[in-house]
Amino acid sequence: MSSTITSNTNDVGTLPKLATVWLDGCSGCHMSLLDMDHRLLTLLEKVNLVYSPLVDQKHFPDDVDITLVEGAISSEADLEKILMVRERTKILVSLGDCAVTANVPSLRNPLGVNAILERVSDGALPKQPDTVPLLCAHARPVHTVVKVDLFVPGCPPSADTIHLVLTELLAGRTPDLHAITRFGL
Amino acid sequence: MRVVTLKINGQEMSGRDDEDILHVAREHDIEIPTLCQLDGISEWGGCRLCLVEIEGSAKLSAACVTKVSEGMVVNTESERLAGYRKTIVEMLFTEGNHVCSVCVSNNNCELQDMSSDLKIDHISLPYRYPLRTVDASHDLFIFDANRCILCTRCVRVCDEAEGAHTWDIAGRGIQSQLVSDLHQPWGESTSCTSCGKCVEACPTGAIFEKGKAAGEMVKDAKFLVYLAEMKAEKS
Repeated sequence: MSSTITSNTNDVGTLPKLATVWLDGCSGCHMSLLDMDHRLLTLLEKVNLVYSPLVDQKHFPDDVDITLVEGAISSEADLEKILMVRERTKILVSLGDCAVTANVPSLRNPLGVNAILERVSDGALPKQPDTVPLLCAHARPVHTVVKVDLFVPGCPPSADTIHLVLTELLAGRTPDLHAITRFGL
Repeated sequence: MRVVTLKINGQEMSGRDDEDILHVAREHDIEIPTLCQLDGISEWGGCRLCLVEIEGSAKLSAACVTKVSEGMVVNTESERLAGYRKTIVEMLFTEGNHVCSVCVSNNNCELQDMSSDLKIDHISLPYRYPLRTVDASHDLFIFDANRCILCTRCVRVCDEAEGAHTWDIAGRGIQSQLVSDLHQPWGESTSCTSCGKCVEACPTGAIFEKGKAAGEMVKDAKFLVYLAEMKAEKS
C-alpha cells in the first residue's frame, strides 16, 4: 500500500507552477480557460495552479514557471503588478486581445484620461488615487511594458487554444498558434 | 498587345504585355498580398503590400502597377519582402484605431485577414492613438475614420463605377484623410447618390451600413468586375 502512496504523481509540490493574472480585461479569457471543462482536471494533474483569480491566494509566488496574463496595462496598479509578475515568471504569456493589443480598454486612448473620468463621474473628476488606482495615460499592450514570451490573440482565445498553449508549454515546446488565432476572434 | 514569357518564383509562364504582374501571377495561382487593389476599378499602387523583386532592378516594384515584359524574372516571396509586408500592416494598425473585437467587420475584414496571413500575432511598433471622427450624418451609412487605411478603393469606385466622385483624400502624409465632397458631413453631400458601392469596396469596417453590430457587416465587391466589363463594351 505504501508504494501506491509514494508513486502518487499528484504531489503538487513537484509540479510546474502556473499562475494567471487578471488586469484590465473583462475576465472573458478566464471564462474561456474554465471552458476547458473536464480537461482542467487532467491539466491540474500536470501543473500546480499557484496564483489566479480562480484560487484563494493573495501572494504571487517567487518562482512561477508559466503565467497567463489577461488584460491591458491601464493603471499604475496594473503596471506595478506586471513588473512584479515578470520578475517572478519564466514564461510570460499574453492571453487574449486586451493583453496583446490593449483591445477594448484602448478605446479611451485617443480621448485622454480626464475626458474619460469626467464622462464616467458626471463631470466631476473623482479623487485619485485614493478611490481607484491611478489610470495611465494610455491602456497599453503587455509587451510594451515587459518582455512577453508568447502571444495568444483572440477575444477570447478558445478553450481549445488555451488548452493547446498549456499542454505544449508544459511539454517544453512553443505552440504554433498562427493558424488557429487572430485578432478579434 | 502581344504575348510575353516570364518567370515568377521560378515558374515559366506567359501573359499579355498589357497585363500587370499581380494578375498574371494570379492566373497561375500565385497570390500576392494587397489591400488597395480591387478588380473592376483602376490600379493605384498605394498600399505597397504587393511589392515584388524583379531581377536586374535594385528597387522593389508594386506588382499591381508593373506590366509584365519579355524575359522578366519576378520573385514574390522572400525574407525581405515578408519583413516589409509585416511592417506595412503593423503600421496600418498603429496609424489608426483598429479594435477588431468590437468592429462591425470583425471576421469579415481584409486587414484582419492580412494580419493573419502574414502571421502577425502582436504589433511591435508604437501605437499612435490618433483622435479621429465618426461621421454618422448619412441616412444609410456610417464612415468611421478610426478604421480607414486610406486604400482609396471608395474614392476610385465612387469616381469610376458610380461617376459621382463624392470621396477624395484631403491633406498630406500623416494628415491625409478621407473626405466627402469639400470636406462636408457625408449626409450633406450633394454628389452622393447613396448607391452603397463604397461600402462594398471598403476592405475594413471604415464604411458600413447603419444598424450593423459587431461582426455583422459582410461585404462583396465582385459586381464591380461585371460593371467594368459592361462599361467597356459600350464605349
